Amino acid sequence: MPQVTFKVWRGNKDAGEFKDYQTDITEGMVVLDAVHQIQAESAPDLACRWNCKAGKCGSCSAEVNGNPRLMCMTRMEDLPTDQPVTIEPMQAFPLIRDLVCDVSWNYEVKKKIKPFKPRKPDNEDGTWNMVQEDVDRVQEFRKCIECFLCQDVCHVLRDHHKHEEFIGPRFFIHNAQLEMHPLDTEDRLGDLKDDNGLGYCNITKCCTKVCPEHITITDNAIIPLKERVVDEYYDPIKKLFKMFKPKKPDAAAGK
Amino acid sequence: MSQTPLSLPQQRKMGQTSRKDAWWLQPLVVFLGLSAFIIYANWAAFQASNYEHGAYLSPMYSPLLFEAPTQAAIKAETLGADAHMSHHSWFGAWPSALQPSWVPGWMLSPALIILIFPAGFRLTCYYYRGAYYKAFWADPINCAVGEPRNSFRGENFWPLLIQNIHRYFFYAAAVYIFILAYDAWVALWHAPAGTNLSYNEAAATGQLEFGLGVGTLVLTLNVILLGGYTFGCHCARHFAGGKHDHLSKVPTGKKAYECVSCLNRNHMKWAWTSLIWVGFTDFYIRMCAMGIWSDWRLF
Repeated sequence: MPQVTFKVWRGNKDAGEFKDYQTDITEGMVVLDAVHQIQAESAPDLACRWNCKAGKCGSCSAEVNGNPRLMCMTRMEDLPTDQPVTIEPMQAFPLIRDLVCDVSWNYEVKKKIKPFKPRKPDNEDGTWNMVQEDVDRVQEFRKCIECFLCQDVCHVLRDHHKHEEFIGPRFFIHNAQLEMHPLDTEDRLGDLKDDNGLGYCNITKCCTKVCPEHITITDNAIIPLKERVVDEYYDPIKKLFKMFKPKKPDAAAGK
Repeated sequence: MSQTPLSLPQQRKMGQTSRKDAWWLQPLVVFLGLSAFIIYANWAAFQASNYEHGAYLSPMYSPLLFEAPTQAAIKAETLGADAHMSHHSWFGAWPSALQPSWVPGWMLSPALIILIFPAGFRLTCYYYRGAYYKAFWADPINCAVGEPRNSFRGENFWPLLIQNIHRYFFYAAAVYIFILAYDAWVALWHAPAGTNLSYNEAAATGQLEFGLGVGTLVLTLNVILLGGYTFGCHCARHFAGGKHDHLSKVPTGKKAYECVSCLNRNHMKWAWTSLIWVGFTDFYIRMCAMGIWSDWRLF
């Protein structure tokens, strides 16, 4: 059993440092197993948030060797163990202690996004008629487990701290899921442009790279939203056409 | 967004990261690749000569609106009275109205008139934007790596708000694909073998014959790669159906959206292969025109 050195961030929002821990690694272990082993062997006070250990709860987000990852889905055999493995908390959120961040900012952001507003039911029993191919696209976005790794890696939040003006990739997915929904009638494009900072995204695709659910965040959510915003606000010819196009009776409802 | 200011970790310095992989390699390769193409494309565009060889016309000069004065002078020097106007030129010789005395001769290149559209298309392309923001501006230099600047305006303000013009460049680039496809068709018709007729003479007298040269294949592959890049663009995807919430009601059907999405999934690969091949196509034709390489006729 090889012994591996882990450099784990210990501290709170005021101060902290990397501390070295050594533990034995066995076949099939993931980074979260190693953290639990360190807790059991040498650092019982090491704070670490986790829950399902199956890559579905999104709790154990951290940065392993500098890459935002779910600790429970990062296999030790995929990491070079001839040098110390660094584990540190996410950088885009306030630190509570050790590997645990305060991600509540995300919940506040979500509350401000206009909720789903379906059109009037198609049938007398209050149900709607839908076609599968109309909802195929948005189903990808429903895979999001809210691990907030995409928020963590996004340099607009991580490096430039634009939390006041920019909602981040996670909530662009949420917006896309609502905007592209065939039943939804709400218009969120104005908010996306003015309040949610869609224009801050400079398409680094880092969010897509770190998503443990392999959601194609940039290509399938952010860029399509950018294109819809261009349709609405930045395309002069489209605007001209709109001026002369007769308005449909249900246009006032949104889309 | 939030009511209380967040107590966030201090911003990392330029290049600061815990990443242990070669994170610098990707931006470096992009920087070198794009720089090499920009340097070559500028050099080739300002040459204003050796852009055509018989049936072949360099994509960097297509559409050839006017024959470049430099090219016409070279032909007059080598062929004398037998020099014919380029068959590829849409409107003949370079008009004297576009040759003011204060403009230096090297500026009179037909490539400079037409390259603005494909260059603009690539410059505002969503893939290239992400790539050159990283490689040329270090914004960020790579994911989870510290940046050189504290301030950031993104594409939310001028001047980068202009990136929203991308769809207009897409319209122009789409037209170019049809022009380049026509060039590939023209590249199938050569001066008859075994005669002393030049290509322009044969074209003027209607004596071109069907044939396939390596240059034809180079030009054909060029238009295929450029087509894959252009029609897999995010704007094309938006127009093909992405803008609709009810894809089932789109006249072009879900198939068109899926087809563009299929190309779009490999947009980066199309972007790079088409970029490299455009450069190579120009280089191939240039080498043939200069007599360094000779085009091999398959039949």
